[in-house]
Amino acid sequence: MSAAAEIAPSSDFAARLARWRETGRAIAANPAALTGAAIVLLLALMALAAPALSPADPDAQDLALRLAPPGAHHLLGTDELGRDILSRILYGSRVTLAVVALIGLTVPVAGLVIGCLAGMAGGFLDAALMRAADVFLAFPRLILALALVAAMGPGLFHALIAIGLAAWPPYARLARAETLAIRGRDFIAAARLAGASPARILLRHIAPLCMPSLIVRASLDMAGVILTAAGLGFLGLGIAPPTAEWGAMIAAGRRFMLDQWWVAAAPGVAIAVATLGFNLLGEGLRDVLDPRQR
Amino acid sequence: MFGLLLVTFLIARVVPVDPVLAVVGDRASSETYARVRAEMGLDRPVAVQFGRYVGMLATGDLGQSALTREPVTSDIARFFPATLELATAATLIGLVLGVPAGVIAAARHNRWPDHALRVVSLFGYSVPVFWLGLMALLLFYADLGWAAGPGRIDPWLDDVVPARTGLLLIDGALAGNGAVVASALRHLALPALVLGYYSLAYISRMTRSLVLEQLGQEYIAVARAKGLSETSVLWRHALANVLVPLATVVTIAYAQLLEGSVLTETVFAWPGLGRYITGSLLSLDMNAVMGGTVVVGLVFIALNLLVEGIYRRLDPRTR
Repeated sequence: MSAAAEIAPSSDFAARLARWRETGRAIAANPAALTGAAIVLLLALMALAAPALSPADPDAQDLALRLAPPGAHHLLGTDELGRDILSRILYGSRVTLAVVALIGLTVPVAGLVIGCLAGMAGGFLDAALMRAADVFLAFPRLILALALVAAMGPGLFHALIAIGLAAWPPYARLARAETLAIRGRDFIAAARLAGASPARILLRHIAPLCMPSLIVRASLDMAGVILTAAGLGFLGLGIAPPTAEWGAMIAAGRRFMLDQWWVAAAPGVAIAVATLGFNLLGEGLRDVLDPRQR
Repeated sequence: MFGLLLVTFLIARVVPVDPVLAVVGDRASSETYARVRAEMGLDRPVAVQFGRYVGMLATGDLGQSALTREPVTSDIARFFPATLELATAATLIGLVLGVPAGVIAAARHNRWPDHALRVVSLFGYSVPVFWLGLMALLLFYADLGWAAGPGRIDPWLDDVVPARTGLLLIDGALAGNGAVVASALRHLALPALVLGYYSLAYISRMTRSLVLEQLGQEYIAVARAKGLSETSVLWRHALANVLVPLATVVTIAYAQLLEGSVLTETVFAWPGLGRYITGSLLSLDMNAVMGGTVVVGLVFIALNLLVEGIYRRLDPRTR
């Protein structure tokens, strides 16, 4: 316990502030979380500043300079159409982070709502929602996403829907388990006696308490989302060419791998670093936010 | 189970490709179109169609593949053993290396073996499997020539031994054909090692935390106080008590390999189920895709049931 927590906070706001500071301090003291956060932050900056950082237009072809090795002019060489690989990797980070941001902001929230609802309502609604979750859990995630994209046709939007549909059940289960654990506590009964509506209890009292475990799960999950998205891209089911996407870049580089290995190697390193960042951040956050798993 | 079929059925239904048109071609008259549509049962209500679909599956009929012109069931029977062989070899690698690595890391908690394992497994969690496979091919096949290239066996040894189990290593051994076994082994080594690395990352991490949890228990203190050697405490007492959850971990790792195999098989041109699914996907052969997906889902469920069974057998508390 640090000094900040020992002094009784004078107001609700002060208490909240003190708790955020505690969490912030714990994260700063955790090297894994810090490294992960740094990598993720750098990636975000890279994606935002891609036009400024890129030495060349990522889609500009130069057939005279195709498959050029890394050198002074093209730091990471060029691909089969003479496009600058470094620029394509920088622009590719936009696709990857867009996928992560969209999935990371929507799927856990959807899971939270479904899980809390199931946990609060019980009975038929609970059974129906959880059976649905079981069905989606019965498939390996990539294979389900694959089948869904196949059915809807390739493309970024469809890939997003597929990944989202394959990703929600663990969140719903987690939120339901937390809700069941919290539902019977005294402070919920107190809130109910004070006249709080079920919706208010759900939103103000239960959902916030589910948040830490969902945040931990989400940051660890984003690593998996990057890999799934890259896998779909690699199989030709991601965003349509010529937009730069890391998985598709590896697939294209595969044909020239024996002689021009850098074409396939560079985007793979980018995927690995991005995934590593989210893994480190997730593990660090787990240590900080979820004391049970320490 | 029922839901699983419902999902695959619904996925197949939303395909923008008209299956009738695929059969009759776009020059057929509207009478022909209507006749074929009725033949395929597509004029019936969706619920009836679903009933037929389930009925077909129950009799082991997954429809015909548009690509190979064979029943999907027999296609899968041909492709599945290759995946089985690969996933089993990879899990064995992960198990044999991962469990000891995890135990050692737990025993040397927060010292260098622990940190080293952490780095190794984090790397395994982060590197895309298809990329690692490509790089492994580049290094060990193209540059060093230690391993054989893509495929399951050298082409001239294909179909030399009768397929009894579909597992080339076992078929070769049964037929007493050393060349087949050696060639299959050389082809299997690289993809199995790549996939095995992922299983190692997962299994070792889980073993580590399971053993760590045990080491904090009182019976460990008792065993130490009795004067048992640290080796005995660790490998006999602590490890024995994590075997049940470990069995679950290994089964999950095995199931995850089914997923990893889709990409690995593509990279290594491994003629397994994953490659069958992706190959059919690209030619919009939906019967084959859905058949493959159903089979993978069933294997997944079967493995989960197996875990429960293992729990019941090994853990006296659940009896």
